[in-house]
Amino acid sequence: MSLHDFTQVLAKTPFHDRLALHSQTQDWTGWNGYQTPRVLDTVASEYFAVRSSCSVMDLTPMEKYLITGPDACAFLNRLVTRDVSKLKPKRVTYAVWCNDEGKVIDDGTIFHLEKGVYRLCAQHHQLDWLMLSSIGFDVTIEKDTHKVAALSVQGPTSFSVLTAAGIEGLEKLKPFGIIHTKIGKIPVTVSRTGFTGDLGYELWGTPKDAHGIWDAIFTVKEHGLFDIRVIGLDTLEMVRIEAGFIMPGFDFNTAETTIRADHDRSPYELGLDWIVKFDKPYFTGKRALIKESKRPQKRCLVKLIAEGNKVPTSAFLFDGKNGNKIGTVMAQTWSPILKSSLAMADIDYNDGKPPVEIWAEIYYQKELKWHVKWAKCHLQNAPFWSHPRRSKTPPNPV
Amino acid sequence: MTKKRNIVIIGAGHNGLICAAYLAKAGHEVTVLEARDQIGGGIAPREFSKGFTAPGLAHLAYPLHPKIISDLEIGNNARSKSRTINTISLSKSGDHLHLGQSSASGGSLSSEDQEAYSAFKKEFLAYAKALSPLMMNKPPRLKNMDTKDKITLAKLGWKVRFGLKTDSMREFLRVGGINIYDVLNEVFDSEALKGAIAADAVIGHHMAPRTPTTVLTYILRLFGETENRQLTSAVPNICEALATAATSAGVNIRTQSKVEDILLSDDQVTGVRLSNVEEISADIVVSNSDAKSTFLDLVGVQDLDAMFVHRISKSRTNGDVAKLHFALKSLPNFTSLDAESLRHRLLIAPNMRYIEQAFNPSKYGEFSERPVLEITFPTIDNPALSPDGQHTMSVNASFAPYALKAGWDKKRKTFTQKVIDTVAGYAPGFESLILDHELLTPVDIESEYNIKGGHWHHGEIAIDQSFMMRPIHGTAQYNTPISGLFLCGAAAHPGGSINGLPGRNAAQRILAMTKSGDV
Ligand SMILES: Cc1cc2nc3c(=O)[nH]c(=O)nc-3n(C[C@H](O)[C@H](O)[C@H](O)COP(=O)(O)OP(=O)(O)OC[C@H]3O[C@@H](n4cnc5c(N)ncnc54)[C@H](O)[C@@H]3O)c2cc1C
Repeated sequence: MSLHDFTQVLAKTPFHDRLALHSQTQDWTGWNGYQTPRVLDTVASEYFAVRSSCSVMDLTPMEKYLITGPDACAFLNRLVTRDVSKLKPKRVTYAVWCNDEGKVIDDGTIFHLEKGVYRLCAQHHQLDWLMLSSIGFDVTIEKDTHKVAALSVQGPTSFSVLTAAGIEGLEKLKPFGIIHTKIGKIPVTVSRTGFTGDLGYELWGTPKDAHGIWDAIFTVKEHGLFDIRVIGLDTLEMVRIEAGFIMPGFDFNTAETTIRADHDRSPYELGLDWIVKFDKPYFTGKRALIKESKRPQKRCLVKLIAEGNKVPTSAFLFDGKNGNKIGTVMAQTWSPILKSSLAMADIDYNDGKPPVEIWAEIYYQKELKWHVKWAKCHLQNAPFWSHPRRSKTPPNPV
Repeated sequence: MTKKRNIVIIGAGHNGLICAAYLAKAGHEVTVLEARDQIGGGIAPREFSKGFTAPGLAHLAYPLHPKIISDLEIGNNARSKSRTINTISLSKSGDHLHLGQSSASGGSLSSEDQEAYSAFKKEFLAYAKALSPLMMNKPPRLKNMDTKDKITLAKLGWKVRFGLKTDSMREFLRVGGINIYDVLNEVFDSEALKGAIAADAVIGHHMAPRTPTTVLTYILRLFGETENRQLTSAVPNICEALATAATSAGVNIRTQSKVEDILLSDDQVTGVRLSNVEEISADIVVSNSDAKSTFLDLVGVQDLDAMFVHRISKSRTNGDVAKLHFALKSLPNFTSLDAESLRHRLLIAPNMRYIEQAFNPSKYGEFSERPVLEITFPTIDNPALSPDGQHTMSVNASFAPYALKAGWDKKRKTFTQKVIDTVAGYAPGFESLILDHELLTPVDIESEYNIKGGHWHHGEIAIDQSFMMRPIHGTAQYNTPISGLFLCGAAAHPGGSINGLPGRNAAQRILAMTKSGDV
């Protein structure tokens, strides 16, 4: 694929032909400049593929950066709030990075592919911030999004499907581990990572091998034992909320796109205290975050379960029924598997503590007629959804 | 008194010495570490050829501010008025223009221009005075001001509003941000006069008369004339006097001690490491070095925020002035200029167009075909600097860009020759008097004086790199993001030249912060 083909508004990923074949709806949208499916069949069938069989998603549009050179580790360690020096080769970690003021620029995963060779996957375009952060470090940063064909294979049967497709060594692969292996004869890197809170893998190959990788997986379906379905962004949105993953730029405004005071968010304000480490070398925003950690927390992005069966779409939140406004719902979904209404919400803290009561004012339609109702909401600390097989090695084959 | 701190100052430039003397006088234990084998930085006398000495990078200076003189009990020699000098702007025809502090003559000036000059100097000196609260304090922060910042702003407002008359204030606000070219064209007819004043506005900067901010740079320079001061050639005396002031206040000065690392623990300075690996511990470290060296090399990028590092590394610090020293058999013969006049400052900047054209190539990485020159003969007032009857000639030559496209190694001779030819255009036969010479390009100045980019002011003085944004916002009040680390050199407000204000203001800031327990 040419990087600058101006005849196309959205670029096609190496899996495009296959996606198009699977798509009943041809319902496409843009993701980081790539044409990507929103829904291919129905959200319901795609959702249940993730939760009860096996789903495949084209991950190619995710921003990817290859980071190499003598200072690669030191550079990444100055970039993110976690201690990257503790990330062993063939391991993956989740990370966020901040600006000088300690406000989150983006989140992503760092893959320690081989000793000293890292890949950073990010939600948004990061090359400018990475280059800017590299001043004084002996590193090479290469955006290689278009050089990697990536698939996310998730769901209870993902292990069995991939093993049946001919990938060896999966039974030893631990969560957040990486193996460089083969699918049939095709070289592929597999990581046990994902966005669904369940068992799942991500496959990383070269664009020229894209069809081969895809076909190896779907041949398993043709043999009739496993159902495998391609999913689009709409389903991803549901399952990532269930799994409690945040989406920079959707759940909160990213630091480098924020103009108005207080519209950006620190890791603390996103509930990410657990990945902010002060006992590591300096990282951008550390001074600001140390200061912030000593002040009462002003607000937080929290997980809420709303009572009843109405989804609190973009709802305002109050400290009581008809009370004072204390926040907004940033993302929401009905969870078929939990049979609950879930939300990620930005709420004000009072004296460093969350409000005692949270109520959502929900507007909803019945046959195009608007109604309003109040729903009490409950704070949830752990992910809404997670399954023990996610962290078991080997995962119990289903 | 507050608890006695162990303070290390990196660099014995005049600002480092002044800062050290203030801190030691306040009872702190102060050590100054200087990389070179001489103290003084830009004002250290320099033997550039056997038997011939030049005053240093700076050959002329305004006397230090009286406040510094009295605070540090500096003796009379640095105050000496005997060597105050005027400016003579040379003309090829021999009709040279003489500029005193408040009057001008020669150069076929009309009486209107002569009157206009006196009025202009008076007006602009008043502007410089109005800025005094800003010059003599840490620049106020605009967000989270402390009481001192509020007082500074209030005083500044008061001085601008009531120190200047209403018309003056309006004029000050009108010209403050524009260029000297437009202002001088409004006021004067004589091209020579405009050229000479414009040269003062741009000297040391990567700027020509049409560059925005040149009114501000001119006013900042004129601050040296406030408190009844006049330009002097007694630079070496300033260096000696400061050494005496510092040592008698109890400062321990060590030369040949190049600091290679600022040591930190838990984001707090703990000391420094020298290039010979010796470690010296300190509660407070004050850097007289430029901002890029201090942050990027001595602290190191790994201990700083990414955007901070980016802004420091993108600050404009490339010098555009070269220094030339000549050892001469005898004084040159300038057309229609008597030997007595050579003790003044000679300028080759015949008109504003000449300066603008000298500047143009430097925008593209080339030096001036016909450079703007500031020439002094330090040996006239100070015969000891050269063998009997022979002389040192010191030249500041603009424009000579740090990042010369062709590389300085290949172009040293060509540039030197251009300077010699330019001088010879006003002093026929000059070349035959040269016994020896040296050229210090900004690249040489960088390596010999430890100034990144070799800039006169350790960094360009433009609006975006001045006051509360000098060297960059976030570290403009002498303290830095690193607790216990301060800046005290020309890179800090209000900038370079021999004025000692960064050193003095930094000391005030450190004393205030140690007193309040903030360090
Ligand atoms: C070509 C040229 C001509 C000039 N002419 C004039 C003039 O005529 N009049 C005038 O007023 N100004 C002039 N200036 C400007 C003037 O020289 C400077 O603005 C002034 O010297 C700045 O003083 P300072 O004390 O801040 O720093 P400096 O004088 O630069 O002193 C800094 C000192 O710190 C030392 N240092 C730096 N890093 C380290 C380290 N890591 N370890 C130990 N020591 C270190 C350096 O060796 C140096 O001695 C000129 C400048 C140039 C470049």
